[in-house]
Amino acid sequence: MLRDTTSKVVLFGGIAIILLGAIMPNWIVNQLMFGFSRALAILGLLVLWRTGLVSFGHAFYFGLGAYTVAIVDIQLGVTDVFVRLFGGAIIAGIAGFIIGFIMRNYRDIFFAMLNTAISMVLYGIIVKTESLGSTDGFAISLPTIFGIAPETKYPLFIIITMIAMISALLINFYLKTTVGRLTTPIRDNEIRVEYLGFSVAHAIHLKYTISAVLAGGAGALMAMSLGQVDPDSMINWTVSGELVFITILSGPGNVIAPFIGSLVFEVLRTYAFELAPQAWQLIVGATFLTVIFFLPGGIWSLIAKLGRKKS
Amino acid sequence: METFLTILLDGLQFSSYLFIVSAGLTIIFGVMKILNVCHGSFYAWGAYTAAFFIGKFSDMGLPDALGFLIIIAAAIVVGVVLGLIIEQGILKHMYHRDEVLIVLATFGLFLVLEDIILIAFGTDPYFAYQPMALLESVEMGGVIRDVYGLTLIGVATFVAVGCWLLLNKTKWGVILKAVIFDREMGISMGINVPFVYTLTFIGGAILGGLGGAYIAPTISVAPGLGTEVIVLSFAVVVVGGMGSIAGAAIGSLIIGLLRALAVHELPQVELFVVFAVMAIVLVFRPEGLFAPAKPRKI
Amino acid sequence: MTSAAPILQVRDLLKTFGAVVAAKDINIDVSKGEIVGIIGANGAGKTCFVNMVTGYLAPTAGSIVFEGTELVGKGPREVTHAGISRSFQVSQVFHSMTVEENLRIALAIAENRGVNALRLMESDALEAKCSDVLRRYKLEPHKHMTVSVLSQGIRKLLDIAMAVVSEPRILLLDEPTSGISVEEKFDFMDVVMGALKEDNVTVLFVEHDMEIVERYVSRVLAFYQGEIIADMAPDKALADNKVREFVIGKRH
Repeated sequence: MLRDTTSKVVLFGGIAIILLGAIMPNWIVNQLMFGFSRALAILGLLVLWRTGLVSFGHAFYFGLGAYTVAIVDIQLGVTDVFVRLFGGAIIAGIAGFIIGFIMRNYRDIFFAMLNTAISMVLYGIIVKTESLGSTDGFAISLPTIFGIAPETKYPLFIIITMIAMISALLINFYLKTTVGRLTTPIRDNEIRVEYLGFSVAHAIHLKYTISAVLAGGAGALMAMSLGQVDPDSMINWTVSGELVFITILSGPGNVIAPFIGSLVFEVLRTYAFELAPQAWQLIVGATFLTVIFFLPGGIWSLIAKLGRKKS
Repeated sequence: METFLTILLDGLQFSSYLFIVSAGLTIIFGVMKILNVCHGSFYAWGAYTAAFFIGKFSDMGLPDALGFLIIIAAAIVVGVVLGLIIEQGILKHMYHRDEVLIVLATFGLFLVLEDIILIAFGTDPYFAYQPMALLESVEMGGVIRDVYGLTLIGVATFVAVGCWLLLNKTKWGVILKAVIFDREMGISMGINVPFVYTLTFIGGAILGGLGGAYIAPTISVAPGLGTEVIVLSFAVVVVGGMGSIAGAAIGSLIIGLLRALAVHELPQVELFVVFAVMAIVLVFRPEGLFAPAKPRKI
Repeated sequence: MTSAAPILQVRDLLKTFGAVVAAKDINIDVSKGEIVGIIGANGAGKTCFVNMVTGYLAPTAGSIVFEGTELVGKGPREVTHAGISRSFQVSQVFHSMTVEENLRIALAIAENRGVNALRLMESDALEAKCSDVLRRYKLEPHKHMTVSVLSQGIRKLLDIAMAVVSEPRILLLDEPTSGISVEEKFDFMDVVMGALKEDNVTVLFVEHDMEIVERYVSRVLAFYQGEIIADMAPDKALADNKVREFVIGKRH
């Protein structure tokens, strides 16, 4: 399972980043935490995108994960990082599995739009419900790790990086299984896939559930990294758009791509807010168009090209 | 009774502006098969342009009645300029690509245009109440209404009838319907499809701009305008059936009236209701209530 | 042929689309190892019959029993699992993938049903099977080419090769030689029928070309307006008056 180049890079790269984290300045550690958290959701969207499916509503699962953390914190006083994380991922996964029964029958724009509709239903409920924090959201208490409250963010950083590594390795493995390989075949010819004896609906349902779990986990980690949740930065359709943007920016070529893409996104955002606070969306939009036109394989295609030249 | 009338009129007004915007969106989808996210920007640009010039003219002491002219001019200028630039500059080069990718490109354009608005007009809201003040208000069945708001219903009706006449009573309508039904068939009939695309996109953009320009006097024109309207008009065209004018009309009525009802009776579910309807329609009738006929490809 | 129970039993099959009757009173027994040619003019109900047997269309009435199992009510995937495969009149392959990738995914799906689909796809055994199929169907020279650039003939070979990797007991071929040039058609059929013979598959194929029918089949079913008007050996069928009038007559 760990013998291929990608797995090795994930493994050693992850360990290197964890070690470097000990000596890196705080702001870089923060950027990496945000970037890796969000990258989990992108990893899930990559699984869908390879099969030709784009969800314009995955903020639903991202928000579900984030709000699960907030609610178990406020209602039940749960602070343990793992309970929060797996709680968020599992709730999102269950929702994704249930909604997947409907979603697996849709393709193209209808798939994208139905996801938007469902995410906006949740958004509509949350902004209008006082007990769910309405438009202000909630502040979240610092997570504890096995009952110990860490004094710095470094332990949380280690956990996020490890979760990112494990997820990347698992998805890397999944993409090489028979059902994981059913990407281009489903895009090209569903009838043939059925006649070969595989249910396209089941394959898409699995992919959708995987993407929901990952988006939920991403939301939970993001909520803990940020220390707060609110509907406009977690569930609104623009958040879904942002996730799709990072997916396209990263490129579908490799499981490492979402992590690089998310980090580029975080850096882009930080500098954009410093240099041109009014032009953040403009920069995102222009980058988006540039990638779609000139770099259909995303940032990863550049890296892949470099790799080919060397060898 | 009075509450009922208020809900009805509020709903109709809301439906009217939704219809004007959604008609543009649905025509573009029907003909070009593009779900145009930056349609929300046409709306926002229409609103800002109209509000800006209505304010300027008023400051210069020109008669307020000119406001109506400005509204129409703003819609046309926004539609022609933005429509032409976007269709010729970006979309034209993407027609051979995956339709989902084109949606994403229009999303990118939407983000760019949103910020250009901020840069051009700043973050402070604009108020262009002059045309609305000019028409004063009227009492109907015990309810006091702005006449301006009521004219919105008239404008929407005018747009609906206009679209119907264009599609059903003119040579242009025949061409459009042929392209809507089957693009390849249109090409083989000798229709200049690229030209039809350009005109359609400009026409749709003008309707988007008109929605914004006409609503501008009744609201504070502030950032984020386009975001709200685009998701609402998506809901409308999905409910009605993408590419159908009649569908856009029915969709607008359903969503407009339901939202007015929610706002008055149960404000908590205001947004929820719109997207719940959209989700339900997608689940049971994915093609929408009035989906246009499709050619058989097998 | 053989005295054993037929592998496929079709009884009183009926298919109507509104007032249009696409298939009526279809009763057939097919024995193991038979090569059956299905002939008939356009719209006679041949493809409709293939679609019903393979679960693409649900019959209005009647039954299709394969190795003792009722197939009516099953979809394409379940029919494939039961042991019946098909090819298509217009080849249905994965056009943006290479020939080898097409076969590999077909083999992997056939081998890894259910939870096994979550095992790694590539293995030495899969590669060995893949090169075997490439060799038997003479696809080796094209294995690294993307399907969309290949000729119709190669695509049809691939289409059939992908249908047999699940080791079906019955294979239905829908107009295997349509779109293939006159010069190539016998070579093509020799490759296909030779490979199928090795596998001992029962074959039913729809065919317009009487030369092909004469040469390769052991039995002919002639369709006319949704009904079977002849069920006999090919030499008799081609001499039969009804067949000449309703099937061949219109074509010459």
